[in-house]
Amino acid sequence: MRIIDTSKIEETVYDLALSACVSVTPECEEKMRTAESVENNPLSLFALKNMNENFNVANKTGLPVCQDTGIACVMLSIGQDVYFTGKLLSDAIYDGVKRAYSDGAFRKSVLDPITRENTGDNTPAMIYTEIVSGDKVTVEFLPKGFGSENMSKIYMLTPADGVDGVIDKIVETVKNSGSKPCPPVYVGVGIGGTFDKCAYLAKKALTRPIGSKNPREDVSKIEEEALKRINELNIGAQGFGGKTTALGVSVEVMPTHIAGLPVAVNIQCHCVRAKKAVI
Amino acid sequence: MIKLNLPFDTAKFKDLKAGDEVYIDGEIFIARDAAHKRLFDLINENKPLPFDIKNATVYYAGPCPKKEGFPIGSVGPTSSYRMDPYTPALLDNGLKGIIGKGMRGEKVVKSIIKNGAVYFAAIGGAGALYASKAVSCELIAYPELLSEAIYKLTVKDFPVIVAIDSKGNSIY
Repeated sequence: MRIIDTSKIEETVYDLALSACVSVTPECEEKMRTAESVENNPLSLFALKNMNENFNVANKTGLPVCQDTGIACVMLSIGQDVYFTGKLLSDAIYDGVKRAYSDGAFRKSVLDPITRENTGDNTPAMIYTEIVSGDKVTVEFLPKGFGSENMSKIYMLTPADGVDGVIDKIVETVKNSGSKPCPPVYVGVGIGGTFDKCAYLAKKALTRPIGSKNPREDVSKIEEEALKRINELNIGAQGFGGKTTALGVSVEVMPTHIAGLPVAVNIQCHCVRAKKAVI
Repeated sequence: MIKLNLPFDTAKFKDLKAGDEVYIDGEIFIARDAAHKRLFDLINENKPLPFDIKNATVYYAGPCPKKEGFPIGSVGPTSSYRMDPYTPALLDNGLKGIIGKGMRGEKVVKSIIKNGAVYFAAIGGAGALYASKAVSCELIAYPELLSEAIYKLTVKDFPVIVAIDSKGNSIY
C-alpha cells in the first residue's frame, strides 16, 4: 500500500492546468506546421499562418493559446494499492483547477445549465477515474473548449451497419460540423461499450498523441481510412477549404452487446491541449 | 493587403469582396451571447444602447481575464451562428461590421445586403495572437456578465478575412 496525500493531486492538477492552457501538444504543433507547408488554398493558408503564429505568440507571452480555456477534464488512473489521505479527492482536484484558472488569468466558462449563472471558478471539473493495478496515479488534464465539444455526436448503430457504417458516421460528423469546431480538428472516437462508456472512450482517445496508432491493426485501419476520407472533404482550416480538415483520428474500442454498435465522435479543435503526469 | 481604420472607413465596406485579407486598426466592440440578448431587448423596448451602434463593428468574443502587461487576455472569435437571432435588429439600427467565425443564416445574409454591412471572419482559436494586436481595452457595459461583458477594444493590424461582403457573396 502507498499513501498519497490528496494535496499532491491538487498540486499536480494545478501545474498541469497552468501549462496545458498556454501551449498545444508537440504533435499538434508539428502537424499544424506540416499542414501550413503543404497547403496551397490561399484562404486556408492565411488561416494556418495565423494559427501557427498564434502558437508562437502564446509560447512567447504565456497568454492562453485560445480564450476558451475550456471545461477542465481530469482523467485519473489510480493504482489499487494507493490509499488517499487528506481532503476529499474531488475537492483537491477542484481546488487545483480553481487556483490555476485564477493565477493563470484563464477564462471561467462553467455555469449552471438552467440558470446560466457562472460558478465563478471554472469548477466543477469533469473527473473520470479508472482503477488500475499498481501504486501509481496518472493524471491527465484536458482543457476542453466547447466550439468543438458542441459538434460531438453519439450514434447507437445496429450490428448490420458494421465497420463501414462506423466510418461513415465519423466522416459525417466532421462534415456536418463544417467550420464550427475551428478545424483542422482532432477526432476522438469510441466504439463499443454502452451509451456512456462509448462517449468516455471517445474522450479518452483525445488524450492519445496525434498520429499514434491503435495497437489493434483492424482498429488502426479505421483510423487511417476515416482520416483519409475526412481530408477529402475540403473543409480545410477554419472551413476555408483546403487539404487538411483533420490532424488525426484516434479510435478506442471495447466489447459491446450483441444487439448494438455504439459509436461516439468527440471533436477537438486545432488547439490540442493535453498534459499528463505520473505520481 | 487592405487596411481599414474603424469606424471611419465603413464607407469603404462596399468595395470589399469575399475572400479579401483585411488588417483592422481602430475601435471594435466585443459582445457575445448574453450581451446580444440584452442589446436585442433594449432595441425592442426602444431604449438607448450602451454604445453608439451607428457605423460600429462588433466582435463576437469572450476574452480571458486581463494578464499583467497586456490590455486584455486571449481574445479569439467565437462561433457567429449563435448570434443569428439578434443580428438583423442590430444591423437595422446602424451596425456596419461584424467579426466572428463560421457561416451565418440566410436572414443574416439578407440583412447584411440590405444594410450594406460586412461580415469578417477572424481566425478561431488564435486567442493569443489577437490579444497581441490589442492596443487598449475599455469596459463599456455589463461587468456582471464577466467574459460576456461589452468592451471597446482598440486594435492595430488585426487580421481578418471578408467572409460575407455587402453584396452577399460568401467564402463558405
